[in-house]
Amino acid sequence: MAHVVSATETLEEKLTQELGFDDQFHEHHHGDKFQSNFLTTYIFSTDHKIIGRQFLITGIFWAIMGAAMSIIFRLQLGFPEADMAWLRPILGKWIMVNEQGIGKLDPEFYYSLVTIHGTVLVFFVLTAGLSGTFSNLLIPLQIGARDMASPLLNAFSYWFFFLASVVMFLSLFLSTGPFSGGWTAYPPLSALPQASDGSAAGMTMWIVAMALFIVSALLGGINYVTTVLNLRTKGMNMWRMPLTIWAFFITAILGVLSFPVLFSGVLLLMFDRSMGTSFYLSEIVVGGQILDRVGGSPILFQHLFWFLGHPEVYIIILPAMGIVSEVLSVHARKPIFGYRAMVLSILAIAFLSFIVWAHHMFMSGVNPFISNFFVVFTLIIAVPSAVKVFNWISTIYGSNFRFNAASLFGIGFVSMFISGGLTGIFLGNSAIDIALHDTYFVVAHFHIVMGIAAFFGMFAGIYHWFPKMFGRFMNETLGKIHFWGTLVGAYAIFWPMHYTGMAGMPRRYYDGGASFDAFRHFEDLNKFITVAAIVVFFLQIIFVINFFYSIFSGRKSTTKNPWGANTLEWTTPINAGHGNWPGNIPTVQRWAYDYGKNGEEFIPQYIPLREDEHDHGH
Amino acid sequence: MTALIILLCIILITIVLVQIGKVTELTAQIKGEREVLRDNSKWNGLLSLIFLVIFMVGVFVSTWQYKNQMLGYGPHESASEHGIALDDMFFITLVFTGIVFLLTHIALFWFAYKYRWSENRKAEFISHDNRLEIIWTAIPAIVMTFLVVRGLNAWNTVMADIGPDEDAIEIEATGQQFNWIIRYPGPDGKLGARNYKLTTATNQIGQDFTDPKNWDDVVVGQELYLPVGKKVRVRILAKDVLHNFFLPQFRVKMDAVPGLPTYFVFTPIKTTSDYRNELRKYEEYNEPFDPADPTGPKRWEKFEYELACAELCGKGHYSMRRILKVVSQEEYDEWYRKQESYYLTQVRGKDEDPNKDKVLDVEILQRAKAFSESIKSAVESEDEEAKTLTLNHINFETGAAALTANSKYELDNLVTGMNAFPQIRIEIAGHTDNTGDPASNRELSQQRAAAVARYLTERGIDAGRLRSVGYGDTKPLGPNDTDENRAKNRRTEFTIL
Ligand code: HEM
Ligand SMILES: [Cu+2]
Ligand SMILES: [Cu+2]
Repeated sequence: MAHVVSATETLEEKLTQELGFDDQFHEHHHGDKFQSNFLTTYIFSTDHKIIGRQFLITGIFWAIMGAAMSIIFRLQLGFPEADMAWLRPILGKWIMVNEQGIGKLDPEFYYSLVTIHGTVLVFFVLTAGLSGTFSNLLIPLQIGARDMASPLLNAFSYWFFFLASVVMFLSLFLSTGPFSGGWTAYPPLSALPQASDGSAAGMTMWIVAMALFIVSALLGGINYVTTVLNLRTKGMNMWRMPLTIWAFFITAILGVLSFPVLFSGVLLLMFDRSMGTSFYLSEIVVGGQILDRVGGSPILFQHLFWFLGHPEVYIIILPAMGIVSEVLSVHARKPIFGYRAMVLSILAIAFLSFIVWAHHMFMSGVNPFISNFFVVFTLIIAVPSAVKVFNWISTIYGSNFRFNAASLFGIGFVSMFISGGLTGIFLGNSAIDIALHDTYFVVAHFHIVMGIAAFFGMFAGIYHWFPKMFGRFMNETLGKIHFWGTLVGAYAIFWPMHYTGMAGMPRRYYDGGASFDAFRHFEDLNKFITVAAIVVFFLQIIFVINFFYSIFSGRKSTTKNPWGANTLEWTTPINAGHGNWPGNIPTVQRWAYDYGKNGEEFIPQYIPLREDEHDHGH
Repeated sequence: MTALIILLCIILITIVLVQIGKVTELTAQIKGEREVLRDNSKWNGLLSLIFLVIFMVGVFVSTWQYKNQMLGYGPHESASEHGIALDDMFFITLVFTGIVFLLTHIALFWFAYKYRWSENRKAEFISHDNRLEIIWTAIPAIVMTFLVVRGLNAWNTVMADIGPDEDAIEIEATGQQFNWIIRYPGPDGKLGARNYKLTTATNQIGQDFTDPKNWDDVVVGQELYLPVGKKVRVRILAKDVLHNFFLPQFRVKMDAVPGLPTYFVFTPIKTTSDYRNELRKYEEYNEPFDPADPTGPKRWEKFEYELACAELCGKGHYSMRRILKVVSQEEYDEWYRKQESYYLTQVRGKDEDPNKDKVLDVEILQRAKAFSESIKSAVESEDEEAKTLTLNHINFETGAAALTANSKYELDNLVTGMNAFPQIRIEIAGHTDNTGDPASNRELSQQRAAAVARYLTERGIDAGRLRSVGYGDTKPLGPNDTDENRAKNRRTEFTIL
């Protein structure tokens, strides 16, 4: 095998010389004068590869924070009687210690934890940390561009995210506590400081952080769209783009179209909070005080929120889908099955995701007639989703499947997406949703289909592209322990929630339903879930250790293309500088999935078609 | 201390794992790439199979274990009429998704195992298959169509509002941080108007008491009752933030939105005791209700329908519990009869009562009834004392003998009483308190008593059956020491002679 790789390498150099596109790169940039010291190379960099890593590491920070929060509130749910006084050094007054010295988690802070956990995981980890990381890393590399269309705006995109992170982080230290009204931030609760402590300064900071985050998402998104449309190398027509690029491209379009709506939503909320307007408020008596606000509608906010909120779940999952499609195909040594169907289903899902938002609002008081349309569109989404699942499975069929941490997480992703997607079919049917809305069934649904699945996509991507990011490999053994443990553990956490949900147990109950006869008989289950959560948390620590250890001391990558993949990122030097290719940019001659064709194990995209050869991307 | 030990253990395990990772990496380098791939195939292929088996078995066993939580199954059958349709939808969806879940998971992990890397295998070049793709697009599409049609049918039936002439009870639930205020209409069957600006500590939901429909409305206590088999429309509102009116066993769930009343219509089909008797058949409901009291009542005996909040509303969100009792129509009627009007018991006559100066029709009716009963018992009584009755609701213009308009219904009641007992004669007596000049007091009381007698004769009572006297302040009921007592002493009485 070794000699095959080096042969392609020389062939690659030859072809890049002959066919590659010469943009006089070396004449303009003698090195990159903007990357002359540590600060400009690693911190205020405009290199998309560095920015991608910045997104990733900030995302990992927030993932650890969010997961730690979930462990604290899971302890509360699993062991409500337990003494939490030992958390006082970290949580301070949010642990209420009684005369016997028994510490209890303050309910207000419980809700803060749940809220911040949801917010940071959805936005900071699974949007910025996933799409931000891989769009940045892979778009220029895989389409054959030297950088993003606007490297500067791209850097701003990260720094706005960074600012958003700082503001959100600081809000954790407010004396009234961080925002506690749920990640969906429904008014009037989120609008009225009288209704909840977290809706005071905590909510103001939450809104500021979200506004900064939206700016970041828009700057990034516009850049990704422009780059994909304009900076593809010669020969890279749209039908030759790897599915990763399709996914990032459509994700960016979703973000650009829907984030502004959330922005207007929270802006109006800000007005209601501080300028006396009544967009969302009407006829309110809170804490004995009669408010002089009439004419607004709390439901308006829900429309604005979910108009982003639903596309947002696809903003999270599409990049993971793209990554998994690529990773599975590479390690199956087989083309992705039904490439066109995969692209078309991404397009269909993206389009439909804009007209299903009110399936989150069946029980919110909107006219029940309107729900008819949303049920129809929602359940139609199951069709392209099913097509994707069948195609992934068919990709593995007849393959020569290499098991490694990346490809295993790819399989795990498909399993999670199936399990969680199927419960969506229950929830999307408004009649069934009457019973299941706002119960643990929904919690199970979205954690499996979005939370875990997207994380698995992200892990697949990290293990797969780690050599491209850091020139080293992550430890495979730890990776496999990480995978199998997390796969079992994640199901152990979320699968049982279906049962409590069916029993009617509402989500967001501080005492786990202990005051209700109907809900309080799940103590054992709740304990089991909490223990599983702790184990899974521990496994993620193993991942984090593996990640940082491998950056500095992982096994060195000695070949440019360690996986034998077709896409262009593997034609760059192992540690590529700003500009990616030292000489010409390779041009693209074929689609990205010629694995196992004509007796070759793989045929990279820069290899010209043979005379009689049929190209699958045209 | 235990925390420290646990922490040390975790650190130790981590170090061990990291070391294992390092060692295997080193041996991998020695073994070479092919050997590693072979090992990977062997072990992870095996793990795929093991996981597949454990997962599928685990899912089916745990589903069996928790089958009693399944909507529409066993002790978790719907207690409302519409809930049955919805539980059926759940079951149908469960069957379809269950099949897909099983088949796709078997395919996924089996293929991963079967096609695991081996030196001798070559991956097949299969890029697509149009026929297969059309089939597996069409099948989900057909299934979805079926689910949508059935689901929407159920949905539109469930969510339909009551028709204008339909026989239904309408009650009202108002969510506030952190409890529910439940209001029933009085005998008029209608809920009175509300205006949130009228909210006070005593008028929690801002009832507009100038609206007569409010006068008989009932705000119920901890337990609310509903009759079985009768359609109920719940009008759902919120005072402060969003709440959600959630009755799990009835499959009723609807947001309570400030400023925007919502509703849910449902028909309970099982009384609380029906439901208890069903639960009785299941083992878990035969466990003691209170684990600390193993000989105490069983779970099924203490079962109650519960009302919960299902929309995050602040730090007390989890505690908005109320009990709903579904009973037979007779029991319901009995309970309902005992409920008292919130307005009449809590607000009437107080400062915040907007109708202080008015007599309400309900009161006139009530008083007429009470009057006819007391005159009857006075007539029948042997006791001298009991033959004197006070006319509580007649008033005169200040300092004059003219009857106020509001006083006349009481006298009409007296007319009715005297007609009912044609044999009786009465003495009408005026009394004052001790303020002012005793002589003019006596005169005023005399005139007032006479005014009453005059009114009665105008109403056709024979003047011979009446006698009027004025006692002034000579016959007080008690000491004239406080305003209250003085008010008691100012009175008009009649005595059956
Ligand atoms: C077959 C496809 C799917 C259908 C039919 C579906 C349907 C639904 C419905 C109806 C709800 C609202 C449930 C309720 O609140 O009562 C819901 C919640 C949710 N879904 Fe899905 N879903 C699907 C796939 C997905 C995917 C792919 C994701 C994300 C990647 C996702 C993420 C979420 C999230 C985050 C929520 C909960 C939001 C919240 O209330 O906090 N769903 N889904
Ligand atoms: Cu959605
Ligand atoms: Cu609530």
